[in-house]
Amino acid sequence: MISSLLALVLLTVQDTTAGKAVYAKWCAGCHGDGGAGDGEAARYMLPHPRDFTGAIYQIRSTASGELPTDADLLRAVDQGLPGTAMPGWKTRLSDRERRDVVSYLKTFSTFFADTSVHSKPLDFGRAPGGGSGAEALRVGRQFYDSIGCRKCHGDLGRGDGPSAPTLKDDAGRPIFAADLAQNWRFNGGGTVEDIYHRLRTGLDGTPMPSFSDLLDQKFLTGEQLWRVAQYVRSLSPVDAPAVRDVIRAPQVTGPLPRSPGDSAWGRVDTYWFPLVGQVIKKTRWFAPAVSGVSVQAVHTRDSLALRVVWDDRSQSPDSSWLTHIGRVFAALAGDDSASAPPEPGLWPDQLAVQFPLTIPQGMERPYFLMGNATAPVYQWRWSSQGGAVAGVARGLDRFDPAAGGGTVGAQAVYDHGQWRVVLARALATADTAHELQVRTGRAIPVAFFAWDGSNGEHGTRMAVSTWYFLALDEPTPARVFISPVIAMALTLALGMLMVWRAQRPK
Amino acid sequence: MNRRLLGMIGGAVVLAVVASSAARQTAEAVQAGATISGKVKFTGVRPTNPKIDMSEEAACKAKYPTAPTEETVIVNANGTLSNVFVYVKAGLPAGATYPVPATPVTLDQNGCRYHPHVLGIQVGQSLNIKNSDPLLHNIKAKAVKNRPFNVSQPNVSATPTVRTFNAPEVMIPLECNVHGWMNAWLGVLPHPFFAVTGADGSFSIKGLPPGTYTIEAWHEKYGTQTATVTVAGAAPKTQDFTFAAH
Repeated sequence: MISSLLALVLLTVQDTTAGKAVYAKWCAGCHGDGGAGDGEAARYMLPHPRDFTGAIYQIRSTASGELPTDADLLRAVDQGLPGTAMPGWKTRLSDRERRDVVSYLKTFSTFFADTSVHSKPLDFGRAPGGGSGAEALRVGRQFYDSIGCRKCHGDLGRGDGPSAPTLKDDAGRPIFAADLAQNWRFNGGGTVEDIYHRLRTGLDGTPMPSFSDLLDQKFLTGEQLWRVAQYVRSLSPVDAPAVRDVIRAPQVTGPLPRSPGDSAWGRVDTYWFPLVGQVIKKTRWFAPAVSGVSVQAVHTRDSLALRVVWDDRSQSPDSSWLTHIGRVFAALAGDDSASAPPEPGLWPDQLAVQFPLTIPQGMERPYFLMGNATAPVYQWRWSSQGGAVAGVARGLDRFDPAAGGGTVGAQAVYDHGQWRVVLARALATADTAHELQVRTGRAIPVAFFAWDGSNGEHGTRMAVSTWYFLALDEPTPARVFISPVIAMALTLALGMLMVWRAQRPK
Repeated sequence: MNRRLLGMIGGAVVLAVVASSAARQTAEAVQAGATISGKVKFTGVRPTNPKIDMSEEAACKAKYPTAPTEETVIVNANGTLSNVFVYVKAGLPAGATYPVPATPVTLDQNGCRYHPHVLGIQVGQSLNIKNSDPLLHNIKAKAVKNRPFNVSQPNVSATPTVRTFNAPEVMIPLECNVHGWMNAWLGVLPHPFFAVTGADGSFSIKGLPPGTYTIEAWHEKYGTQTATVTVAGAAPKTQDFTFAAH
C-alpha cells in the first residue's frame, strides 16, 4: 500500500518535472513562469493568456465552478482555443510531452491538490435528430430568446446585444460576446456538441453562465437546450470560409448595383479575406475587432462596384462603448507601455480598399501597408461618419485625397452587428495621376483595412489584410462559344475518316 | 439480522444522538455568551452614488418611482454607514466547530439589484439565489478560495438556485454580467459571529465565549478596520468603528 502510494507520488513528480521543462520552453512566454498568465507576450494579447493559479478554465466538460478534467485540459493543449492566440500543440509536441505539461499546469493551483474533489464530466446525452430542420430551428430560436441569449449575443447572434459593451472577464478586462455567426472562432469549438457543452458548463471566468440549473428547475428540457445549440450552429455557414486569392467580378448587363441591398448581389460569388492587427509600425494594434471581410464585385461596361460586408458589434461612434475602449487600452500595453494609455474617444468605423496607383506589369506591387513615397497606393476610404473619398497614400501617415474627394461613391447599411458597404466608381476617370484606371481582364492587386471605432481603433490601430487580386471579366467574345463547336465537329470528322479508312477493304 | 449488524445500527444511533446533543449544546453556548455591538459611523462628505440607467429593462425600471442609484456607499440619516460587514476575524478557540444553520441565506434579484447588497453565510450553509425579475440575470460568484460559479436565471424563479461554500472567504464579489451595475458581496465564515450594518448603522454579534477577539469591519469602498475586544462571561461590550470619506 505504502510502496504503491510512493510510486504514485514519484510518478507524479516525474510527470511534473518533465512537464515543467516543456512548459518553460513552450508555454511560459505567454503564460508566465509562475503560471499567472503574465508572460512577456501577455500584454500584446486580448484575451490574455490563461492564469493557471486560480484554476478557472473556460472550456470544460464539468459543471460551472468545478475543476476541469485532465481530458479537458489536454483538449485545450491539443486543439488550442480558436479565436485566441492559443495554438494547438498536438502536432508540435509528443503525446508524452502534452500529458506532462497538463500535469504541470495543475501544480499552479492548490485546488487540484485537494483529493476530496473529483471532477466528473456532466451527462450531456446526445443531440436530438433533425437539428437543421425548420421545426428544430424554430424551437431553438424560441429558447434562444427565452433564456436571454440575445442580451449579449444580439438578435441575430453577432455579439451586438444590449449588454455587449459592458462585458468584462474576472480580471476586469474587456471581453466580447461571441459572434455566433463565426463558429470557427468559438473558443471551445464550433460543432453543435461543442455549443451544447458550453451552454451546460458555461465559460468560467467570463460572463457566459451555465444553463444546467434550468434543466433541474424544469425551465426547459435537455432537448430544448439542444435545439438552442442547433439554432446557434445554424447562424454560421456549414463550412468556415476559405481564402480564395482572386475576386472575380462578372460583367452584369443591368444597371450597376449601388445599394447594399440590391438583389443583384445575391447572384455574385462572395470572397472572404482574413484581417489581422497592424503590428508592423507604431502605434501597433494587437486587438483588432474585425476578423475578416466578405467581398463581392461586379462591373458594367463602364463602372465597377464592390460590396464589402463585415461583422462589427457597434455602429460607431457610440458613447456606450467608451468604457469598453478604456478597458481595451488598459489591457494592452503595446507600444505605449512607457506612456499612459490614450483617452478613450468617439471614433467612427472605417474601411479602406487599396489598389496600386497603376496596374503593375509584373508581380511587383507597392508595400501592402499603404505603400511608401516612391511606390504609392490608391485607396477608397469609407467612414461611418463621412462617406467615402478616394486618394493616394504614401505610407501609413500620408493620405492625399484626390481633388474633390475623387470619384468613388458609397452606400452603407448597418444592420444588427454588420456593415454592408458598396463602393462604386467609373472604370476610367479624368484624374489619371491620382486615380487608378481600371481595366478588364487584368489581375489588379487589392487589399483591405478595417477599423472598429468602438474598440478604440483609429489611425494605425487597425486590422489589415495582405494583397489579393481583383479581376474584372472581359466581355465574352463570340468565338469563345463558336470555337468548341468547330473543334468538336472537326474531331468527329477526323474520327469518322479514320474509321472509314480502317474499314476499307485492302 | 445478526448481532453484529444490530450492534452497528445501535452504535450509529447513539453516535447520532450524541452528535445532535453536542450541536445543541454549542448552539446554547452561542446563545449564552457575550455580545459585542456598536455602530459604524461615517465622517466627511457623503459621496453621490451613480444613477443606474435601466432603460434597457422596462420591468426593472418600473419598480422604482425615481431613477435608482448604485449602492456603493449608503450613508444613513443618523450619519452611520450601511452595508458594513462586521465579523470575528481571529480569537475563537482553535479547533472549535459551529453547527451549520439549517436555514438558508437568501439572495434576491429584484428590480435589477441584489437584496441584500452585503450578506454573510457560514461554510456549508445553503445560499438560495432567487430571481424576482421577469428577465435574464446571471449570477457570478468571483470566488478565489472557494470555487467560483456563474449560472443563469432567465425568468422569475419557481425554485431557487442553491449553492454552498467550502472555505472561509471575505469577501466574494457577486455580479450580474447582463446588468453591469449589479453587484453584491458575500462573506463566508466558519462560524456564526458576523453581522451586516443596516439602516441605523448598528451591528450586534451575539454568543461569544470569553476571550479576546479581533473584530474587523469591512466596507466595499472604504476597506477594513480592526479592533481588539475582550469579553468575559455575558457582559456586553461596545465597539464602534468610523470610516472617513476619501
